[in-house]
Amino acid sequence: MSDAALVRARGLRKEYGTGEGLVRAVDSVDLDVAAGETVAVMGPSGCGKSTLLHLLGGLDRASGGELHLAGQRVDQMSERGLARLRRDTVGFVFQAFHLMDELTAVENVELPALLAGKSARAARKRAVELLEQVGLADRAGFLPPALSGGQRQRVAVARALASEPLLVLADEPTGNLDSAATLEVLRLFETLHEAGQTLVIVTHDARIAATADRLISMRDGAFVDETRLGGSAAGSLASLAGLDG
Amino acid sequence: MTGRLRLIGRLAARDLRRRRTEAFLLLLAFTAATATLALGLTLNGASNDQSYRQTRTATAGPDVVLSLNPDGSAMATRQGLAQLAALEHASGVTGHSGPFPATWVPLGGNGHTAGAQVEGRESAPASLDQPKVTQGSWLRGNGTAVLERTFAQALGVTAGGTVTLNGRSFTVAGIAVSAAVPPYPRVCDDGCEDTTSMQAGAQTGQVWVTEADARSLATRSEPLYYFLNLKLADPGQADAGSSDITWNTWQSISWLDSKVILSEQNVMMIFSSLLGILAIASVAVLVGGRMADQARRVGLLKAVGGTPELVAAVLLAEYVVIAGVAAVTGLLIGWAAAPLITRPGAGLLGTGASPGLTAGTIVVVMAVALLIALIGTFIPAVRAARVSTIRALAGSARPPKRRARLTALSARLPVVMLLALRIAGRRPRRAALNLASIAITAGGIIAMLAIASTGRVSFLAPGGSGLANPIAEQNGQVMLVVTVMLGILAAINVVFITWASVHDVRVSSALARALGATPEQATAGLVAAQALPALGGAVLGVPLGIGLSAAIQHGTTVTYPPVAGILAVLAGTVTAVTALTTPAAYASNHRPIAQALHDQAT
Repeated sequence: MSDAALVRARGLRKEYGTGEGLVRAVDSVDLDVAAGETVAVMGPSGCGKSTLLHLLGGLDRASGGELHLAGQRVDQMSERGLARLRRDTVGFVFQAFHLMDELTAVENVELPALLAGKSARAARKRAVELLEQVGLADRAGFLPPALSGGQRQRVAVARALASEPLLVLADEPTGNLDSAATLEVLRLFETLHEAGQTLVIVTHDARIAATADRLISMRDGAFVDETRLGGSAAGSLASLAGLDG
Repeated sequence: MTGRLRLIGRLAARDLRRRRTEAFLLLLAFTAATATLALGLTLNGASNDQSYRQTRTATAGPDVVLSLNPDGSAMATRQGLAQLAALEHASGVTGHSGPFPATWVPLGGNGHTAGAQVEGRESAPASLDQPKVTQGSWLRGNGTAVLERTFAQALGVTAGGTVTLNGRSFTVAGIAVSAAVPPYPRVCDDGCEDTTSMQAGAQTGQVWVTEADARSLATRSEPLYYFLNLKLADPGQADAGSSDITWNTWQSISWLDSKVILSEQNVMMIFSSLLGILAIASVAVLVGGRMADQARRVGLLKAVGGTPELVAAVLLAEYVVIAGVAAVTGLLIGWAAAPLITRPGAGLLGTGASPGLTAGTIVVVMAVALLIALIGTFIPAVRAARVSTIRALAGSARPPKRRARLTALSARLPVVMLLALRIAGRRPRRAALNLASIAITAGGIIAMLAIASTGRVSFLAPGGSGLANPIAEQNGQVMLVVTVMLGILAAINVVFITWASVHDVRVSSALARALGATPEQATAGLVAAQALPALGGAVLGVPLGIGLSAAIQHGTTVTYPPVAGILAVLAGTVTAVTALTTPAAYASNHRPIAQALHDQAT
């Protein structure tokens, strides 16, 4: 394990039920993610990859094992500590976008900053910058139902970046998107990767996984394979994924 | 048709079994409204007639009481008494007692001061209107007095005690009731205000002393007046014949005795309307909150060929069943509780009448219960009937309202208030129902406080007696009961609204936590989203309560509750709503975030 690892998990477990009904969603996983690295986690539905992501981001508590994030022991954190972690250190991108339908794009993006106690003006300034960064400056005042799937996911990515997180966790970010929208999001992740953003992407789309620095395969809650892909992200992620027109 | 009805019945029965707590709370809300309405309607036909007749028989009550109020001059008194003497033998008069001299004097007893209408009587029993002694004995000579029972109770005086009349000490020989004089505090309703101030008249009770004592107690400012009791073959044939003589029939005295019940009936009718509105709010909140849950069922019904009418009927059936059960329960409660309210008080003999349920009362209560169910379910049912099958099958809830200004304003506020305003802004109709529900309850409490303060103003003011007002006390007890019912209904509404809100915002709250809000902030935001409209409702309840108190007093007076009481209502409302809301909000915001987000994704 590298001391420089941003994420370090040892024997991480998540179990549901008891006795014969015991389900090990995540089964003694060891994981290191270096700063600036993009890691893809693949596996069939129900293999535990989303649960792993939830544990890494403090959305759920582990049943056992150790988890360190940016030098902090996450598995022993209080609820308040976890909230601080989610607010300052981690950004989430969900498959279902999870945008608030009653808020415009820019209002959705500024939400984490407002929750962090930043001033309304500072939060709005940062949100506008991020929407420009994801190419949606002209859609800032649109409500989510008026945006395409790709645009919604780009808004969600912008929101994930609002607090300048050390780690972005993406759970099937293109799972609800068509090919064109997938390309939009991939390009966005490519930009993030180039900018040195640490990313952990859960997917069962091999084309997306191929763009990562490292690919981890999961089955029945455990890691069954790990492949280093050799920094392909330096090139065009979209080209590698075969989505470029 | 039979198949459809069976399907509707089956779905309603299963839903009732599946959601027993909700069904029970809703039943409680409906029952509170129907019971109060039933009680109010039952009282409509109630009176103290039975007790009054019993008292009249026991005291040889007169058909007519004539009171002569001369201007104090010897000439007028002589002429008036001559007129009374002529009436004793008028056609149709079959018996008489009196004329008895009377005057108004200040009374002191047991540390209280009050006014007393002192009527002079002989120690020997009168043939008409011989007060029935219920404790002690009748007059034993000069220096003794007999007090009307309600008056004695308010004073806390018993037989063997002493009172002062115009500063002179009298031994209380006994306590008695009479059908010729309305009991305290209604003694002066038949006219003794003519010789006393209104203020004093409102606190006057009846005292019997010997004729000699009565004459000696009269003063220039409070001269003697006279009562003549007549027994008539036909009261309609007699004529007072002089403007100096006031004519009071036994019916009018009986009506004064019934004023307690009439007053209570007024309270019950006003409060049952409020309870009905709260019950509508309960149904509307519950049905609206459950629409998200029922969306899939609506979609399935539509997908298999259910018409919009069938969908609406399915939604309505459950609440109609609850309304029916509540109407029957409410009618039984109203019928059982009516005798408790129609108790005659200490001024009459016997127990209260047991007014029966009339067909009209049954029909009105059933119709109102059904109407509450219909009004509360109408909008959600129409909305469900209109929603597209695909959207219903997806189980997607109605999209929340966007409030641009509220969103912009909340961005400038601390995190808890930001969350609270945005949660409240998502469902403005629900927030409005919350506000209205609390306003009605707070209004009831404020009205009660205002009326209680009226009692204190009238009876404890400088120069007042400091005595309890039995009518106000009985009204106060009734108001307390219905206000408690209002409070229960409001609490049920708060619980329903919280459940609906928790369900509605579970994903957005989880998302807020995923984005960095602490569970405490999310919980406080959800609680504040309920407490803010509640505070608004409590503030609105103040003028509403003052208006209600005026309505209960037939618009004769506008009274204001004490400031401390108003502040206590405001603080108490917010505290109660916070206490009711916190457990559900806490539980919701301490669920794993991933689980809450997963709920929507699936």
